[in-house]
Amino acid sequence: MTIAGTTTGDRLVDRVLRGDHAAVARMLSRVESGTDGVHLQLARLYDSGRRAHVVGVTGASGSGKSSLVAALAQTYRRRDRTVGVLAVDPSSPFSGGSVLGDRIRMGDLAGDGGVFIRSMATRGALGGLARTTVDAVTVLEAAGKDVVIVETVGVGQDEVDIAGASHTTVLVSVPGLGDAVQAIKAGIMEIADIHVVNKADREGADAVVAELREMLRHARYRRPADWRIPIQTTVAITGDGVDEFADAIEAHREWLSESDALARRERDMAASRLRNIVTGLVLEKLDDPATGDPFEKLVDRVARRQIDPFTAANQLLERTLS
Amino acid sequence: MAKTATPLRVMLAKVGLDGHDRGVKIVARWLRDAGMDVIYTGLHRTPEQVVEAAVQEDVDVLGVSLLSGAHMSIFPRLVDLLAAYEDLDVVLLAGGVIPDEDVDALKGMGVDGVLGQDSTPEEIVGTVRQLAGERHARAYG
Ligand SMILES: Nc1nc2c(ncn2[C@@H]2O[C@H](COP(=O)(O)OP(=O)(O)OP(=O)(O)O)[C@@H](O)[C@H]2O)c(=O)[nH]1
Ligand SMILES: [Mg+2]
Repeated sequence: MTIAGTTTGDRLVDRVLRGDHAAVARMLSRVESGTDGVHLQLARLYDSGRRAHVVGVTGASGSGKSSLVAALAQTYRRRDRTVGVLAVDPSSPFSGGSVLGDRIRMGDLAGDGGVFIRSMATRGALGGLARTTVDAVTVLEAAGKDVVIVETVGVGQDEVDIAGASHTTVLVSVPGLGDAVQAIKAGIMEIADIHVVNKADREGADAVVAELREMLRHARYRRPADWRIPIQTTVAITGDGVDEFADAIEAHREWLSESDALARRERDMAASRLRNIVTGLVLEKLDDPATGDPFEKLVDRVARRQIDPFTAANQLLERTLS
Repeated sequence: MAKTATPLRVMLAKVGLDGHDRGVKIVARWLRDAGMDVIYTGLHRTPEQVVEAAVQEDVDVLGVSLLSGAHMSIFPRLVDLLAAYEDLDVVLLAGGVIPDEDVDALKGMGVDGVLGQDSTPEEIVGTVRQLAGERHARAYG
């Protein structure tokens, strides 16, 4: 990294810390592309010590996540909280491109300096978020946003990374997707701190609520005994029920901070994050041409059965750590 | 962190009254299929809203489609609003129904390219690639 690069980066960090939206936007671009020096800049932003409550919103495709995020953000603004939104949509596995459409539902938030919205493409990541979403949260909280809302891609069953990235995880269900609770599989069910049944203006919402209640009663997975997972009903497009939904998030936030749950949650978040960063650094070293491509060479040898994949993996790990 | 090649980032916007976005959605898919990230704003946006969104999304290209005939008033407004951001230098493209005789005037006022309704996918993808590459390297490099 050049000295010039450092000062430009430092100036950008200063502007982010002042909450300058154009700077926040450029910082997010650098995070996404992994520009030289961005880790140092992220470290400075992290060290600012500013914290946001991170709310993850997940649920099936078309369940109304974006509409609900928009309505929730408006509610926060009425309560004088500033809001950052990260809206994740999938990249095409064929072209690598994407159409990011979440913003379509968030038009009513325009013209408010207290809201910042950024769309992100998954670019091959499978957990429902982009690889850099958690770093993007760091940028938004350092810029002074009180709440950061993360909308995941429309999920089926395994996309549970959001649980390791948020303080409060919200699962959105809707009537009319057949057997609603069955449509969303156990793995996703288990990460919800709050259930929302959206599109409550449609027939069948009561049945979904009843199904969820039944499911929670028989849940085999362990939940903290003293947090009763609420089931909220909303109509995101009119705002019905959204105040109560925001209250439920607030109640969860209070519950977290009044018990040791917050410390535990933050430890889980730190663990996911550290694991991801280390994995990224190791993979990056494996791909570094300066190391003589030991990865590619070992792939050849494994394919020819000259070495077993377990020994090969251990050799690679030793090299990257040395 | 390793530098990774990021897709060109394009925002497509509809400004004003006309309520048709089938064309814009088709263009969005063409650009996606060419490997770009495309952010669509939805219908009926104001120039202020579109520019605010383009800033937050740090897009390389802002393509605004107009079928309403209001282009000679809306594009100058967009150019002015964009000029308020020093290092944004987003590429501004006009699409939709733009009569031939207005093309030079639009370019004179700061629109970087005009792609009419009969543009082929190759023309659109080619124009975006040609105009956006440098800007992308500056912002995402
Ligand atoms: N009737 C009704 N329609 C709704 C409600 N909330 C959202 N919608 C509609 O549902 C459709 C999908 O809404 P989105 O907010 O885009 O859903 P999403 O979950 O973000 O979709 P993806 O991001 O594509 O997974 C839109 O047409 C919304 O207008 C609601 O409460 N009631
Ligand atoms: Mg959405």
